[in-house]
Amino acid sequence: MTKALRWLFYAVFVRLVVLLIMGLNIRGRNNLPAKGPAIIVANHNSHLDTLVLISLLPLSLLPHVQPVAAVDYFLKTKWLAWFALNIIGILPIDRAAGGNPLAAPRKALEDGKILILFPEGSRGEPEQMAELKRGVALLVKECPTVPVTPVFMHGLGKSLPKGTKIFVPFICDIFVGEALSWSGNSRAFMDRLRQSMDALAKLGQFPPWE
Amino acid sequence: MIELLAAKTGIAPPVMWALGGTYAILAIASAITWLLHVRSGGGHGELVARVKSWWIMVTVFAAAVFVYEPLSAAFLGLISYLALKEYISMIPTRRIDRLVLLAAYLAVPVQFWLAYQAQFGHFMVFIPVWMFLLMPAVMAMSGETVGYLKSVGTLSWGLMMTVFTLSHMAYLLFSGDAANPVAGGAGLLFFLVFVAQFNDVAQYTWGKLFGRHKITPAVSPKKTWEGFLGGVFTSIALAAVIGPFLTPMDAGWSALAGGIIAGAGFLGDITESAVKRDLGVKDAGALIPGHGGILDRIDSLTYAAPVFTHFFRYFYFP
Repeated sequence: MTKALRWLFYAVFVRLVVLLIMGLNIRGRNNLPAKGPAIIVANHNSHLDTLVLISLLPLSLLPHVQPVAAVDYFLKTKWLAWFALNIIGILPIDRAAGGNPLAAPRKALEDGKILILFPEGSRGEPEQMAELKRGVALLVKECPTVPVTPVFMHGLGKSLPKGTKIFVPFICDIFVGEALSWSGNSRAFMDRLRQSMDALAKLGQFPPWE
Repeated sequence: MIELLAAKTGIAPPVMWALGGTYAILAIASAITWLLHVRSGGGHGELVARVKSWWIMVTVFAAAVFVYEPLSAAFLGLISYLALKEYISMIPTRRIDRLVLLAAYLAVPVQFWLAYQAQFGHFMVFIPVWMFLLMPAVMAMSGETVGYLKSVGTLSWGLMMTVFTLSHMAYLLFSGDAANPVAGGAGLLFFLVFVAQFNDVAQYTWGKLFGRHKITPAVSPKKTWEGFLGGVFTSIALAAVIGPFLTPMDAGWSALAGGIIAGAGFLGDITESAVKRDLGVKDAGALIPGHGGILDRIDSLTYAAPVFTHFFRYFYFP
């Protein structure tokens, strides 16, 4: 039942909003993973980021896609928790509790899932990229054969930035880069990821948002 | 067969004939580009994509606009919405103006609903008076004065150019049989859109073949006097032939209307070029393969639609 609801949510509602009301300008779409296990890494500006990224993948992959998200934000209330876990389909990570926070995502990758990660941690200031956190490198170190696809997005932080509930349509630019693989060193990996994201960001020319 | 199709779809027979003629022209254009494509060993990719997009645009436009009136209003409104969205996405905006941007979007359904209801008095004042006064007032109330004038200017102009001017297409369509006993509102709209779009292609083609003297090298370096005049005369000839079948105008008045549409279309084209050049972007979007965004395809109509409408209204409305 919830699987059907999730499918309907992504197949009808999200696609309608994303394709008709917002509109996408995508480059490098064929760089997206065609199957799991894989990791998609993107910059984070808005709650819409996850929905747009998932709408880029074919619906047949939907059961295998899981955005990684923090327990403390998404599991705050009962209703939000149900929505996040069943409809959005997040893989919850507990930032506060002890134990290995990488265990769940590693297990998911072993099961052939496609994980969506936002290494900036939070949505932050709209349309400004914050420092990338190393968690993604630690995860890739444990699963070194999994490809990591960098995606840069612009526009969603204007449509629905942090701290507002009013949605305003803007065309969303999405630039998908070539997949990175593990290089044996987490600092070098993070440097390459950062360079790749910066290069993708330079592909577009974005009007200022003051 | 054309008559039968017209009866089945409810499209006025003259419009159906004109539509048939459009497809005949497209078939010829496809044959020529295919020949060029084969002879050059697979070249002219953009031209092939363009002609292919024309087939889709003509079909979607005809099906959405000429068959069922509520759908026509919604479809013409959608065109304005997409154009406004392309515009807002490419200009600098202020975060504090999010509500005003939302109000600008909401003006689209109101404007096209007024056209659909044939409330043409309200239609003419809603954006140039009410939205024009409302948006700067809301921005002032928000209390941020840095960049105020620039925001007021860009947004007011954008709403006029993408919604008010283009909504004149709906005005023509819903003026109906009273304004045009020959082929109804659909005939007027078809005449305008066909001449304006054909003029774009004609200016481009004449310019490609004979263009030498540039008109506005700083704004639109590909525009030449040869292309412009060739386009104007082609449009005049085309309008003189199809005008008497689609509108109450005789050949002479149709020719004049054709010249006006071509001239206005040129102005619409270069104003959008000036905006893009100012912002440093090449295309307003990427919706239509080979053409760019929707604004790149219909920029000529931002001038041609209101100018032709008011020309026709002055001389021909009952």
